[in-house]
Amino acid sequence: MDLIDIGITVGKVVIIFGALMGMVAYMTLFERRVIAFIQGRIGPNRVGFQGLLQPIADAVKLLFKEDVTPAGANKFLFAIAPMLSFIPTLLTIAVIPVAESSTIFGREVDWIISDINIGILFVLAVTAMEVYGIIIGGWASNSKYPLLGALRASAQMISYEVSLGLALVGLLMVTGTFSMTEIVAQQSSFLQWNIFKQPLGFLLFIIGAFAEVNRIPFDLPEAEAELVGGYNTEFSSMKFAMYFMGEYAAMISISAIMVTLYFGGWQGPILPSPIWFLLKVGAFLFTFVWVRGTLPRFRYDQLMRFGWLVLLPLALFNIFITGVIMVL
Amino acid sequence: MYMAIFILFAIMSIAGAIMVITLKSPVSSAIALIFVLCCIAGLFALMGALFMAALQVIVYAGAIMVLFLFIIMLLNLKDEILGEDEKKVTRVFGSILGIAFLLEIGFFVRRALTVGSESLMYPVPEQFASIEVISTGLFTKFLFAFEITSVLLLVAIIGAIMLSKGEGKTEY
Repeated sequence: MDLIDIGITVGKVVIIFGALMGMVAYMTLFERRVIAFIQGRIGPNRVGFQGLLQPIADAVKLLFKEDVTPAGANKFLFAIAPMLSFIPTLLTIAVIPVAESSTIFGREVDWIISDINIGILFVLAVTAMEVYGIIIGGWASNSKYPLLGALRASAQMISYEVSLGLALVGLLMVTGTFSMTEIVAQQSSFLQWNIFKQPLGFLLFIIGAFAEVNRIPFDLPEAEAELVGGYNTEFSSMKFAMYFMGEYAAMISISAIMVTLYFGGWQGPILPSPIWFLLKVGAFLFTFVWVRGTLPRFRYDQLMRFGWLVLLPLALFNIFITGVIMVL
Repeated sequence: MYMAIFILFAIMSIAGAIMVITLKSPVSSAIALIFVLCCIAGLFALMGALFMAALQVIVYAGAIMVLFLFIIMLLNLKDEILGEDEKKVTRVFGSILGIAFLLEIGFFVRRALTVGSESLMYPVPEQFASIEVISTGLFTKFLFAFEITSVLLLVAIIGAIMLSKGEGKTEY
């Protein structure tokens, strides 16, 4: 470990983290434009060419807003809750290989911040922590609707985390490793993508992913029609912005996980590997927005029943079938 | 470096544990407990037992504590209600248990110190608490205990369902 190694590590962190933050900012614009397109509107196109400076304008606006803390709120928890929801979503990206390894200064550089051998478990652990930002934020606000949003969030996330984890068990049986790098290496050609080995598992995973990042049709914790704004009602200024950045970062990292686990990661012909990775992640991000523009929200009891009575048995069935096929 | 991180995690987990029992509101205590569990996961990771660290966060800090918080918030206990429950018997019994536990910890610390400071720092084996080692152990040597535990959990699940359905209630 000398200076060049440290420099390379710092460089990797800066590049990957910077790219993620840039994507978070432009995801807001992307979502608004695509939703507008789906609904036959124009969307924000005034600030800069085709609205490209809109995210910067939004950030500046949010920075200058008054930061209100409600009376009777738990001040400490109220202040750290948005961070708790934002930081875990950024941590996930640390175990995802984003590009082919290349040679810099005569050294082999793997484009993954931390190549640990329990990558998938790390992802599950970090996703498990994401819910606390919402629960603590809802409780610390000392207000009715945020508390209801927080209660919904905790019930929803534990229900869907179970099927999310079980969906991954099938994948682990096929790949035989927890390491993200090895899983990508196994899917070297199109036909070896894990989606073809685990079609049901992927379906369960993507449904669980939608519930995990609280997007429509599973955005019950922030159902604005019934809960005012849900857990983030009392938050303003940058605290509010941090919740939204957390949601978008979660969307991007869960897309990156799906690409890595089921769609061959950065691998692809002709184009350079980071481009392939971004294209695949972009396709998933479009899907997230597309679903938001298409599907209505679940009713709460439907959501819970669907999680426990449909997804969970299907996930167990998937493990069973995978086992039977592997034995045969 | 290793020692510095270890001391940091150790201090944070002890401080968190003290907060768990001293904080007034149950929700704050539960949050402090989450913090403690994460610090312990950090200690596991420091020993190279990444698998244990991940499980600690997923199972305890993630799943179980979410349920804790959920129930505490749902019941929304006020201080007055909690205050009434405080009986003298509980206090006496609790302090006896606490003292016994402290003595036990003290005994082991003393034994470790008398054996020599090197034994405190001896390197953990290469495959310490890796997925292979743990799962091989679970499915061979400790298979019986493992299966008994699953029966125990099954009993708990059935019990929970029976309790929540209640007597005479047929509606789901």
